[in-house]
Amino acid sequence: MTSSVQSLVEQMLTGSRRALARLISHIENEAPEATEALALLYARTGQAVTIGVTGAPGTGKSCLVTELARFYRQQEKTVGIVAVDPTSPFTGGAVLGDRFRMRDLAGDSGVFIRSMATRGQLGGLARTTFDAMRVLDAAGFDYVIVETVGAGQNEVEIAKVADTTILVEAPGMGDDIQAIKAGILEIADVIAVNKADRPGVQNTVRALKAMLELGHRKRAVSHHGQMMMQDDGGGTIVDDFWMVPVVQTIATQSEGIADLAQAITDHQSYLHESGTQVERDRVRLKNELMQRLQSALLSDLLQKTSAETLNGVLEQLVVRELDPASAVQKLVSV
Amino acid sequence: MSQRKIRVLIAKPGLDGHDRGAKVIARTLRDAGMEVIYTGLRQTPEMIVEAALQEDVDVIGLSILSGAHMALAPRIIELLHEHDLDDVKVIIGGIIPDSDIEPLKEIGISGVFGPGSSTEKIVEFINEVVTV
Ligand SMILES: Nc1nc2c(ncn2[C@@H]2O[C@H](COP(=O)(O)OP(=O)(O)OP(=O)(O)O)[C@@H](O)[C@H]2O)c(=O)[nH]1
Ligand SMILES: [Mg+2]
Repeated sequence: MTSSVQSLVEQMLTGSRRALARLISHIENEAPEATEALALLYARTGQAVTIGVTGAPGTGKSCLVTELARFYRQQEKTVGIVAVDPTSPFTGGAVLGDRFRMRDLAGDSGVFIRSMATRGQLGGLARTTFDAMRVLDAAGFDYVIVETVGAGQNEVEIAKVADTTILVEAPGMGDDIQAIKAGILEIADVIAVNKADRPGVQNTVRALKAMLELGHRKRAVSHHGQMMMQDDGGGTIVDDFWMVPVVQTIATQSEGIADLAQAITDHQSYLHESGTQVERDRVRLKNELMQRLQSALLSDLLQKTSAETLNGVLEQLVVRELDPASAVQKLVSV
Repeated sequence: MSQRKIRVLIAKPGLDGHDRGAKVIARTLRDAGMEVIYTGLRQTPEMIVEAALQEDVDVIGLSILSGAHMALAPRIIELLHEHDLDDVKVIIGGIIPDSDIEPLKEIGISGVFGPGSSTEKIVEFINEVVTV
């Protein structure tokens, strides 16, 4: 069967940007075509360097992504960008504003930018973003960069999909350093303190370094330094031999970009030389497999189970005739 | 589980002034459940069409106050055709003389909305012309 998807994939592989855009739409729409396309593309993925950029709203993520892309373009590398913005929970719509900040990249055929809305699905950010990155990867972009606003679970999710995660901070936001939750520093592979032209930058850098130092020591002690990495169950790898660098940048003046790129390159070398890269890939794929299995098995079961049966069981739970664990046993053994 | 959303690119070609109107429209469309990609001021037809292609939008909304619509619109339609994007609907808002409306529609502009147009009408129009 030479489906329309197959021809889209072929066109994409021969450089059609329109086909590439269409494939990403299928993924966003969670359309059946997406499954077919990914099956055809999967063998070609795993080539690009993937970079996640996250941080609080307005810290300068889009400007930094633009500068990084320009830096890589000067080295004649191609760059695919996925910029994720939140869907309004009230209307289901979204204004996607990152492309506007990346307008300096317009007209460069070595850059492809796609704006995506979270569309509010649970865990959807990780899955659809990851799949969109895969399409860009298979299309042959050397670097695939994804920007997400750091809010709620987003930054943890982004860490699961990118090889190198950059956390963007900015000085002068008062006690924002205090507000950095435990988990967030752990997902950062590189920290960029952007807006280094602003007052208070040294304080921010110092505070971040102190927190990193503390976290590093704690982890080293708890693992007795023997474990290179560990799957914490959430799919994040905690490793003890990478010291997270803190780089100062001024995105609006193209300053510190080479340093940031160097930190990314160093992290990439570390990933490859330590074997962490392979391990991360495995953990990521295992998590994805489990997640997909879960949802497939659940929808399979729900299809086989009538609403009547489900409601009947629920009623039994309500009147304490049956306990939840036994109810599950009963339902899965049908 | 398919969840198709109408995607709209809002652009302001030409060199004239502010983008307040474009921003109001962007927010209105978002509130109507659409995904809006806002590209800002001083966009060339080439930039607009390339962005529309990458973003795979259903609609391009142009805000034009400068009177340059008779030059910009045909060029955008031509570029869309070159990129095999004929199914993308183009609408124009701004200061457009009545006598230009018919010629614009003839070259392939789907809708023209003058200064008095209500934003609800634009939402309604988009929902009508885009087949989700
Ligand atoms: N002073 C200064 N301003 C900057 C710097 N980098 C970015 N900005 C400004 O900060 C504002 C936000 O920049 P963006 O790149 O859009 O920030 P963002 O983090 O992508 O924002 P969201 O995507 O909305 O979360 C813009 O007005 C930029 O011009 C910098 O290094 N110094
Ligand atoms: Mg941004």
